[in-house]
Amino acid sequence: MQFSEQWLRTFVDPQLDSAQLGHLLTMAGLEVEEAEPAAPAFSGVVVARIVEADKHPNADKLKLCKVDAGGAELLQIVCGAPNAAAGMKVPCARVGAVLPGDFAIKAAKLRGVESFGMLCSARELGLSEDHGGLYALPDDAPVGADIRDYLGLDDTLFTIKLTPNRADCLSLSGVAREVAAVTGVELRPVAVIPVAPSFEARRGIVLDAPQACPRYCGRILRGVDARARTPEWMVRRLARSGIRAISALVDVTNYVMLELGQPLHAFDNTRLQGAIHVRLPQEGETVLLLNEQTVTPAVDTLLIADESRALALAGIMGGEESGITLDTTEVFLESAFFAPDAIAGRARSYGFSSDASHRFERGVDFELARIAIERATRLILDICGGEAGPVEEAVAADALPARAPVRLRPARARRVLGITLDDQAMLELLRRVHLAVERSGDDFLVTPPSWRFDIEIEEDLIEELARLHGYDNIPAVAPQGSLMMLPRSERSRPVWALRHLVAARGYQEVINFAFVEEAWERDFCANEEPIRLANPIASQLSVMRSSLIGGLIGNLATNRKRQTDRVRVFEIARTFERKADGEPVAGFHQVMKLAALAAGTVVPEQWGEKARNVDFYDVKGDLEALFAPRRLDFERLSHPALHPGRAASVRLDGRSIGILGELHPVWVQRYELGSAPVVFEIELDALLAAEMPAYAEISRMPAVTRDLALVVGVEVNAGKVVEVLRAAAPAIVREIELFDVYHGKGIDPDKKSLAFRVSMQDTQRTLEEGEVEAVVTLLVRQAEAVLGARLRGAGD
Amino acid sequence: MEQLDQLVQQATLDFAAAADGAQLEQAKARYLGKAGSLTERLKSLGKLEPEARREAGAAINAAKVAIEGALEARRNALREASLLAQLAAEALDVTLPGRGGVQGGLHPVSRTLERIEQLFASIGFVVADGPEIETDWHNFTALNTPENHPARSMHDTFYLEGHDDVLLRTHTSPVQIRAMQAHVERCKDLDTMPDLRVIAPGRVFRVDSDATHSPMFHQVEGLWVGEKVSFADLKGVVADFLRRFFETDDLQVRFRPSFFPFTEPSAEIDVAFMSGALEGRWLEIAGCGVVHPNVLRFGGIDPERYTGFAFGMGPDRLTMLRYGVNDLRLFFEGDLRFLGQFR
Repeated sequence: MQFSEQWLRTFVDPQLDSAQLGHLLTMAGLEVEEAEPAAPAFSGVVVARIVEADKHPNADKLKLCKVDAGGAELLQIVCGAPNAAAGMKVPCARVGAVLPGDFAIKAAKLRGVESFGMLCSARELGLSEDHGGLYALPDDAPVGADIRDYLGLDDTLFTIKLTPNRADCLSLSGVAREVAAVTGVELRPVAVIPVAPSFEARRGIVLDAPQACPRYCGRILRGVDARARTPEWMVRRLARSGIRAISALVDVTNYVMLELGQPLHAFDNTRLQGAIHVRLPQEGETVLLLNEQTVTPAVDTLLIADESRALALAGIMGGEESGITLDTTEVFLESAFFAPDAIAGRARSYGFSSDASHRFERGVDFELARIAIERATRLILDICGGEAGPVEEAVAADALPARAPVRLRPARARRVLGITLDDQAMLELLRRVHLAVERSGDDFLVTPPSWRFDIEIEEDLIEELARLHGYDNIPAVAPQGSLMMLPRSERSRPVWALRHLVAARGYQEVINFAFVEEAWERDFCANEEPIRLANPIASQLSVMRSSLIGGLIGNLATNRKRQTDRVRVFEIARTFERKADGEPVAGFHQVMKLAALAAGTVVPEQWGEKARNVDFYDVKGDLEALFAPRRLDFERLSHPALHPGRAASVRLDGRSIGILGELHPVWVQRYELGSAPVVFEIELDALLAAEMPAYAEISRMPAVTRDLALVVGVEVNAGKVVEVLRAAAPAIVREIELFDVYHGKGIDPDKKSLAFRVSMQDTQRTLEEGEVEAVVTLLVRQAEAVLGARLRGAGD
Repeated sequence: MEQLDQLVQQATLDFAAAADGAQLEQAKARYLGKAGSLTERLKSLGKLEPEARREAGAAINAAKVAIEGALEARRNALREASLLAQLAAEALDVTLPGRGGVQGGLHPVSRTLERIEQLFASIGFVVADGPEIETDWHNFTALNTPENHPARSMHDTFYLEGHDDVLLRTHTSPVQIRAMQAHVERCKDLDTMPDLRVIAPGRVFRVDSDATHSPMFHQVEGLWVGEKVSFADLKGVVADFLRRFFETDDLQVRFRPSFFPFTEPSAEIDVAFMSGALEGRWLEIAGCGVVHPNVLRFGGIDPERYTGFAFGMGPDRLTMLRYGVNDLRLFFEGDLRFLGQFR
């Protein structure tokens, strides 16, 4: 909410400057978002009257004016404004004046004629963008008066950001009440004197939905001049509240809303038929609103209707067909209380909001309707003339908000806040904000006023105490608690350790959006039915990702466009899939994964290494290092994102935990990546699990190694051979490691040679030659039998 | 005798003239070899009288020792020279760069989160986690934000197609509920529930995108529930954290009344640095408050017996302030020129 400091000070005027006042508001919970001067700095500008305006002797477009600026003599001023005319009152910058932008006014000669000052447009004074001509002041503007005083320009426009619980501060009166409470300065509320009716006509008001509208005041005004000019002071206060003046009747309703906080509505009384009904909609009803939108109100939208039709959305917006116009002479003024529950969310459901709905849905003082209608009546009659009928008031007293006393235990308040404020001080603070306080044993019984909708439980009062006591006055203490060590399992590692490990292997962490473009899900996951957002901000951010790989490919593309060719990135994040019995949210499987991508040279280009692009085995090495000493298994895999010959399923303890592979060439081309990256994506849980080290006795006996070269078909996977050998190996075999792969000269083109080093050792005794040979023979036989392998050299 | 002195002198000169080991061995042979001049003289000793033989033998031996000494000295000198030559030949350009890969690094926001977790762990906070696709109930209802509550309009929520009751969490606060429920379950057999201290870092989502808003960003939720937890404790913990995080006491912290449905009293936390580019400006850093009794109830905790405080901070903002980053969007663009600065 925006308002003028000057206006606020008519209600409460503490001895504080603007900055102090702003700080006070902020610390009272009415956060000042902006505090701007009403006008830029300038000086020496006064109200002046143009006495004569003649043609400049030497210039067609200039005028030679004689101006009364309140001095002993008339000033001669050359002026270029088209609207300069004798009799007009305008701002005049006299010699010595300084206009915005440090523009000093001096005596000058213009086209050979002396000029002693400058007549100003609104824009030249920084008051508006209007540069149509001189700023025409009202005829009653006092000549010679400083324009800053006359227009009240030494003012600050405060914009406060109100939290939804403080609807009582959505008016000048409300803010003033708060300032008075916090400063202890006397509050001077608007004096509202009821206007005695001068005729008896009544429309009749029926509360058909009393829970939603328990109070409705109405009043007929006759003989009003809707074209009457809104007074300057009102226009100014509205403008400084960010509301443009429209017409006197509309301006008055807006003004009273800002002043008191009560939204009002003015109907053209001649366009109404019979009594006013406040009711819920009937089937098929529509309302044409003032914003020219036609709505079909939902069943829970409260309406203002007459006996023939729906007129307006109650508390939200008036209707076009029953609204006032410039020709209106008879007004039916509405001032009502609509229950917050009956208004909340409705305007939003029609796609707009209004000042009225904003207030009603947060809570308007339910005792204010009559005061506000009297205030508006007075202002309308003063400005537009006319006469008023009686105030009709329909009340469903039972349905008005209850203001039940709330119990406050001072000791609890002290404990929750951590303060030592005594009971008496609490009592005084609460009374300052017009809370009715009674003692009840050790406790207080506190009843909130009709404008407070946020005091229902003890905590509401504790908050009030904190605020009034001052958050700054609550100490900041080092808390005390029982010291207990946090559990720290050795069977898992912190995700930070993993992050640092991945980073140490050259990968840079990235954070990508959880929502991605649909094409990524289709291309990289073959996911035709991704989890779609109902309201994405953009089509490329429209579905939840089931894989992190798309994002990394996006990172690669972005960086390659920015001339970074070598890219190694990783991300740890959640992925999303449908799963009926998902935990903890049914319908969704939300699992954390780690994905990494490497592309470009295996190490940055350097003098000491031959440049080589990263390949499958480089990245596989990185992946294995993350798991060491645990051993992974890899199986050939067909995956939509990956090269069919260079893709593997990653397995741990017999379970698939992720994938590894080179990006499919089709995607390399389509996503314009240049060269194929190698990627992996692994479930995070598997990476975080760790094994407790277990001690095994170190043998003092000598180890024996034998090298074994086996020739197998090229299609046989090395992993399979190792598996077969390990399965067949007796206990004395400690390790079987592949140390060479050979394919080429000396071997059949459809064969390859795999060389293994077999380490054997016994903890208790030295192995005998015969034993060792028997093991080798056994391994070779097994490989022959299962894999069709043969020992290299035998027949080559 | 004179002849022997000359011989020693000559041998020393010959050895010195030898340029390498082979030449030295040849020179050695001339004096000490089978036909060497000294050997010849030893052989001729037999012709002498015993008295003269003893005398001459001693002299020859002395000469032999001298020559062998000269030989050994020359050997050492040659060995040393050859080592020096080898070392000189092996010299490297030590200014050439080292070989190998470069390290990657953590995302700057991750750095911040790691620091936050460490700082809070030091006073006994454990890390809690919750889903990003969250139920409407956990995200709003259980946080005292019923349907149509005006506070719901403060969040622009992403919803999922075909689901009314789930959404992308708009804050990390739903983790409060999950953490309380889990804690209550863990402690169900105890008379007094030990304090619950958790922080919950994570990604959150709102329909918003410009230079200062990202549709996905981070929050860190903090929650401490116990029998003696007060607003004063909250102020103490948060102020302590901010000074530790920014590693300066040159920092003002301000708690300003605010409103959140799930805390009461509620506060916004502003900080102002007392030096540097942002000197004197109040910067909003977190929201916090005393946990609302309804929220404790939804978490299964008796609000009469226990109180708690909660806070929600923006680690993206903290990261920006800490490292002087001026555009939030940089965090989510994956530009290695940017991210590489935080290794």
